[in-house]
Amino acid sequence: MKRSFKTSGAFAVTAAAALVLSSCGEAPEEESEGGDAAAAEEVDYKACVVSDEGGWDDRSFNQSAYEGLQMAIDEIGIQHAEAQSTAESEYAPNVDTMVQQDCDLVFGVGFLLEEGLRLAAESNEDTNFALIDSYFNEEELEGELENGKPLVFNTGEAAYLAGYVAAAMTETGTVGTWGGIQIPSVTVFMDGYADGVDRYNEDNDGDVELVGWDKEEQSGTFSGDFSDQTQGGEVTEQLLSQGADIVMPVAGNAGVGAGPVLEDADAKMIWVDSDGYESTDFPDIMLTSVMKEIGQSVYATIEEGVAGEFTSEPYVGTLENDGVGLAPFHDFEDEVPSEVQDAIEQLRQEIIDGETVVESENAPS
Amino acid sequence: MTDSGPQPGTSPAQTSKQEGPWAEAEGRLSRALRDLSQTSWLVTVLSVVVALVVGAVLILGANEEVQGSLSYFFAQPTDFLETSFQVLREAYSSLFRGAVFDWQASSVERAIRPLTETMVYSVPLILAGLGIAIGFRSGMLNIGGQGQIILGATSAGFLGYALSLPAGLHVLLALAGGIIGGAIWGGIAGVLKARTGANEVIVTIMLNNIAIYLLAWLLKQDWFKQTGSNQPLSSSVDESAQLFSLLGSGFRIHAGFLIAILATVFVWWLLERSTIGFEFRAIGENPEAARTAGINVTKATALVLIVAGGLAGLGGAAHVLGTEYRIAGGIAGSLGFDAITVALLGRSKPLGTFLAGLLLGGLRAGGVLMQAQTGTPIDIVLVLQAVIVLMIAAPPLVRTIFFLPRADGRPRLKKKHRRRPQAAGTDESASRESTLATADSGSAPTTTQEADK
Repeated sequence: MKRSFKTSGAFAVTAAAALVLSSCGEAPEEESEGGDAAAAEEVDYKACVVSDEGGWDDRSFNQSAYEGLQMAIDEIGIQHAEAQSTAESEYAPNVDTMVQQDCDLVFGVGFLLEEGLRLAAESNEDTNFALIDSYFNEEELEGELENGKPLVFNTGEAAYLAGYVAAAMTETGTVGTWGGIQIPSVTVFMDGYADGVDRYNEDNDGDVELVGWDKEEQSGTFSGDFSDQTQGGEVTEQLLSQGADIVMPVAGNAGVGAGPVLEDADAKMIWVDSDGYESTDFPDIMLTSVMKEIGQSVYATIEEGVAGEFTSEPYVGTLENDGVGLAPFHDFEDEVPSEVQDAIEQLRQEIIDGETVVESENAPS
Repeated sequence: MTDSGPQPGTSPAQTSKQEGPWAEAEGRLSRALRDLSQTSWLVTVLSVVVALVVGAVLILGANEEVQGSLSYFFAQPTDFLETSFQVLREAYSSLFRGAVFDWQASSVERAIRPLTETMVYSVPLILAGLGIAIGFRSGMLNIGGQGQIILGATSAGFLGYALSLPAGLHVLLALAGGIIGGAIWGGIAGVLKARTGANEVIVTIMLNNIAIYLLAWLLKQDWFKQTGSNQPLSSSVDESAQLFSLLGSGFRIHAGFLIAILATVFVWWLLERSTIGFEFRAIGENPEAARTAGINVTKATALVLIVAGGLAGLGGAAHVLGTEYRIAGGIAGSLGFDAITVALLGRSKPLGTFLAGLLLGGLRAGGVLMQAQTGTPIDIVLVLQAVIVLMIAAPPLVRTIFFLPRADGRPRLKKKHRRRPQAAGTDESASRESTLATADSGSAPTTTQEADK
């Protein structure tokens, strides 16, 4: 105990010293203004984002959207404003404040912002709006929404490929998946994954079992939220005890809790939304990831807006337009047999050509 | 109420509970709650000041420009001071503009809208805060505001879109449904505490979780959602069940604010003028004495949490029928816990709770603009709230920071302190000990109260 106090004391002193020393730097020259030649030239276009409750650091769609905006700031040189929501009651006020801040384009992340964006879009025709992960509710719309663009992703297609890979790679004959909360944008992953496993069994007379999700019954294992990593670990443990050796958590930050558990059990993980090999601390066990290119779509939408080409045409991310995709196998590149890799490539093509249709009642429609 | 003979409330469970460590802990809890309601106004105001100062430090720490100028602090200190001043002025002025009056707005309507937004945010906070305050005054720590709000919001919202009734009747029925929903949730904890002596803190926390998952389950049922989509979001409340707008379109302020005012008056009447309220306060001061005085402690205990739950439920109902119109999983946000802050800040008094609700509502409303305009993270607002609570919960700390005299008005006995260092540590703990002594000897609770003032 005492020792730790001493250590922390020493640390504090060091930190203070570092602070003082770092304060001794020289003052910058006055003419530093406008000297940032490296930055892109400023464009008179303001893009704004409103997060849902997850916040910008959720390692999931809020974060991806934010990264897309950052990229646009760096490369196109747009102005921006951002609002992080901490409660559902803040969605509408946050969107309204963005409109008041003279934003040209306002992004709302998540289906929960649908109503706020829709109402704002109807009463502010000069501002454009883009809704991530959901369509606008057509029943409640009065006429066409000219200034509202939905950005949705058919992640089931990419999850289908992941399910096939998992089924091909399992040693125990059982693969697993679990979700954060049972909502369509989560279960669409699980549906695709389940179909992918079935497809493998069909093509190879396999008998791989999926635990954690039953597509027919639409019921499965859920941790209860997108933030509790301890719970995520426990849920993963359950699936492992049922024999799974490859697990795909679809739960944002809560999915991180699966990492240590899978590491200890020498099992593999499939990440979702971003490439988990880079975005998590568990690259060693990361078989692959089901990617949802939200950042790209945000960037593309801003680009359209800057060029004055914004349309209300929905953007649907598919395998075809690279809006969704399977991440590289990274460390497992050599372990995944080439016939499996070929099969994946062929399935991908089949889905793009429409020969194989990944059906899910949870897919965006 | 005043049953004669052997008290029916003194069930075996009750008597056994009153002995041993449990009784001691409970006694300490109710004393702490009582102390809280007697914190002076000055401490409350100073807590807010301290919070703003702490917030200022964090705003500066999070600001890149300030960090930049700090790196050459010794070469050109004025730069740091100037940027700091600028950043703080911008942050706090946008907080004010977002919460009270926006002098940079494009129209008059927009300029006064912030104040109405503050009122909108404060409605559920005030109503739920009043519920928590009643609990505090009665010596009960009701942590279940969250669950009670969820139940209130869920029942009110469901009645709001599932039925079709004429305008006036519909909204009244939905509000009543909200009150009943919250009252049932509070009542479960109340009856369990009254009948079995179950600790209300634990029961209400668990009921919060049950409420969250109950709502999550309901949002998967088609008969409940009535939307046809499989998103966990309910249908919209009918227009006939919405609380009418007070200032017309362009403003969100609704009749819920009037309800909050009425509820504040009602709670004042209940606590200060009614017999039931007297019983509530009596069991809060000293349950043993209350029992001896002939108060049915069992009934009063249950009733406290039923009324508290009803108020929180009404808060949830006003939230759904006034602003949200739809039920989603996070309908209650952090309202239930913010309500505890409101009750603490308002020193568990009705008017205080009302004003504290406005203050927190203002922080929320202002935080929106502060974040959008200056990029100051919204979390600062949460830190402000947290620091306020921290300070309020430790009045001696505030008094020390500002060199204030002791709570009981006697001068700070520094010299005496030095002369007799073994004399029971700080002044505060000494007065606490005297409280302990009087309470334990079972003498009239009013004397302790006066001594503490």
